[in-house]
Amino acid sequence: MKHIILASLLAGAVALPAAAADYTLMAPAAPGGGWDQTARSLQTALQQEGISKNVQVINVPGAGGTIGLAQFASQQKGKPNALIVGGYVMVGAILTNKAPVTLKDVTPIARLTGENEAIVVPASSPLKTVADLVAALKKDPGSVSWGGGSAGGVDHIAAGLIAKAAGVDPTKINYIAFSGGGEALAAILGSQVTVGISGYGEFESQIKSGTLRLLATSGDTRIPGTDAPTLKEAGLDVAVQNWRMVAAAPGLTPEQKAAVTADIQKLVTSKTWQETLKTKGWQDTYLSGADFDAQLAKDISATETILKDIGLVK
Amino acid sequence: MSTFEFLLQGLVIAAQPMNLFYALIGVTLGTAVGVLPGIGPALTVALLLPVTYRLDAAGSLIMFAGIYYGGMYGGSTTSILLNTPGESASIVTALEGNKMARAGRGGPALATAAIGSFVAGLIATIGLAFIAPYIVKLALVFGPREYFALMVLAFVTVSSAFGDSTLRGLTALFVGLFLSTIGIDQLTGQTRLAFGVPDLLDGIEVTTLAVAMFAIGETLFIAAQGLQGPDKVEAVKGSVWMNRADWARSWKPWLRGTVIGFPIGAMPAGGAEIGTFLSYAAEKRLTKHPEEFGNGAIEGVAGPEAANNASAAGTLVPLLTLGLPTTATAAIMLAGFQQYGLQPGPLLFATNPQLVWGLIASLLIANFMLLVLNLPMIGLWVRLLTIPKPWLYAGILLFATLGTIGANPSVFELGMLLGFGVLGYGMRVFGYPIAPVVVGLILGPLAEQQLRRALAISQGDFTVLFTSPIAAGLLIVAALALIVPLVLRARGRGEVLSQMAANED
Repeated sequence: MKHIILASLLAGAVALPAAAADYTLMAPAAPGGGWDQTARSLQTALQQEGISKNVQVINVPGAGGTIGLAQFASQQKGKPNALIVGGYVMVGAILTNKAPVTLKDVTPIARLTGENEAIVVPASSPLKTVADLVAALKKDPGSVSWGGGSAGGVDHIAAGLIAKAAGVDPTKINYIAFSGGGEALAAILGSQVTVGISGYGEFESQIKSGTLRLLATSGDTRIPGTDAPTLKEAGLDVAVQNWRMVAAAPGLTPEQKAAVTADIQKLVTSKTWQETLKTKGWQDTYLSGADFDAQLAKDISATETILKDIGLVK
Repeated sequence: MSTFEFLLQGLVIAAQPMNLFYALIGVTLGTAVGVLPGIGPALTVALLLPVTYRLDAAGSLIMFAGIYYGGMYGGSTTSILLNTPGESASIVTALEGNKMARAGRGGPALATAAIGSFVAGLIATIGLAFIAPYIVKLALVFGPREYFALMVLAFVTVSSAFGDSTLRGLTALFVGLFLSTIGIDQLTGQTRLAFGVPDLLDGIEVTTLAVAMFAIGETLFIAAQGLQGPDKVEAVKGSVWMNRADWARSWKPWLRGTVIGFPIGAMPAGGAEIGTFLSYAAEKRLTKHPEEFGNGAIEGVAGPEAANNASAAGTLVPLLTLGLPTTATAAIMLAGFQQYGLQPGPLLFATNPQLVWGLIASLLIANFMLLVLNLPMIGLWVRLLTIPKPWLYAGILLFATLGTIGANPSVFELGMLLGFGVLGYGMRVFGYPIAPVVVGLILGPLAEQQLRRALAISQGDFTVLFTSPIAAGLLIVAALALIVPLVLRARGRGEVLSQMAANED
């Protein structure tokens, strides 16, 4: 059995046509999380669409992706076939960890997906609307415990933005960080915390079955199939999305960067990728080139502001 | 259709020859990758998941179930034979299992692990089918304060794995607790004790520490003894099969391990290793052969292995009923489901009964295949011990390194592996137990985070820790477990206890 696998791997390696690049794709997280799933979906789509014959995924977990990022920037410098997956969480982690290697040290290629944050309460909660939540926050910010993902991540940032928009001191929010959305979901379902905040996908099936009540979502538009308002419609000037992107190694020539960008563009318009987006419930937020660079710079400075407001970054 | 009919239908599909073949391939691949130290079930499943994509839904679920169980079992084989647990859940297995292997009883140890895993998997999978909705309600009652109480209980009970000296055991435990404070604090995002080293930001990986302390430390220890070491490891003494006494001593631990492991696996923040700790402690207290604990007691293998497998099935309870992945392996399974447009959650049992029952049937079949594959292999595995030591331990070093590098390709990680290996060697030389270090690293952060979460939710009110009936109950059990032995000792039965303690290795 092993020999057969080995032989087919070798045969695959030998039979590569020169045109298609072999990509090495780093998921700067442990297997199973959002970045790992993005990386493995990219791997499948790139191979099935024939954009690349052979894509290898490497997991380098740790510290909101900053460990993988640092390793990627130093080891893959100038290599045109190395990619790394990243996203909004990485922006926050770089700031809170004061990471020496930042997104400036790699070559961002494109934003690929986005997911709206959902603000939910257990079905039995007395809070019915965003206005109720704001009222509770104003009365005593500490009494409203927020259950969400890691400290300084997009969930925490969104909670801080909501408090700030509601005119409540963001340093006073009682944010309880859980490792990963799953554990947070359990705490919300068990009414251990007042309100839950995480990606919509984490809560979707609970919202549909009626065990959780969706108060609002954080995008610019409502999520189809739900009747909850966006935060803006509910009177809070907050719009935030957990986006994911792909970046290439530092030190690429403009031609090399253009080649990678072209491959990724081919990927996002492909049928396989579009189907993946549908099954995973990811929004297509593809943005590349100068537009993406500008948006990235904007996101980084906005994140820095709110993390300072929450008190996580001095 | 009733639950039973659905299950029967699933079994009929899963038992088709082609599907049985897929199960066999899955179990073989899973075991082969799972035996590498440092590669736990999560990574095994992640690496092999693409293999299943080519098949239809039924075939892929079955192969997947096989990989999962194979990966779990592969870890215990190396634990028992080579004292090198591949993942945190098989650390406890190494304690007694390796002692048995050295005494020529590796065969029965492997057999009780395989059959215990089978029994536990069988019962737990059936439990999953019939009582999942009730178990999950219980699991949701567990909030931070209840988890904290559970961790206190775990701390008290694992002290039975400390060996003969409480002081040395506690010292080792505190080394582990110290290591657990390194890295980013989960609750505030601030770094602690990382001294600006980026690789330390995420703390110390449990697998790296476990593989280093056990595998590398063991290798150094053996090498340092040179040729005069107490070499005589007998590969086989007596039968490689379990004898009547082995069966008699194994079946109760299997059942107890299942009962302990399943609910803990079902808890969103439980973790398979907690179940194995509690099971080991329970067996040690209940055994009729206390003198054998520490020298290769079969109960100490049977119970934790059953608990480990039962908790793996327990993990599926929140996954299937809530869509809640509580372990890395479960998160990867979730990705596997999505491949077929399945969204696990409260509606899954209603909207996709065929696939759910297909999965449960696949687990039963895979579980059976594991037994079919591994029981005949035991004779072969045990021969590993007859390999000349220099070759064997060179091989262990190679695989431990490969496994660590495979899981996390980083020079720093490799350095840590070797550094902790030297620490493990030093502790062996000076007679400190190894397991408490790893236990501290696992339990420390859980206890700390849950305590701080509970206090944050209550806004600093300490009484909240005792006002929940479950938390109070767990704390009372923990207190009793601590006090009763002291009282017994004071009443003159101390002789027996100290006799027990003196016999521990």
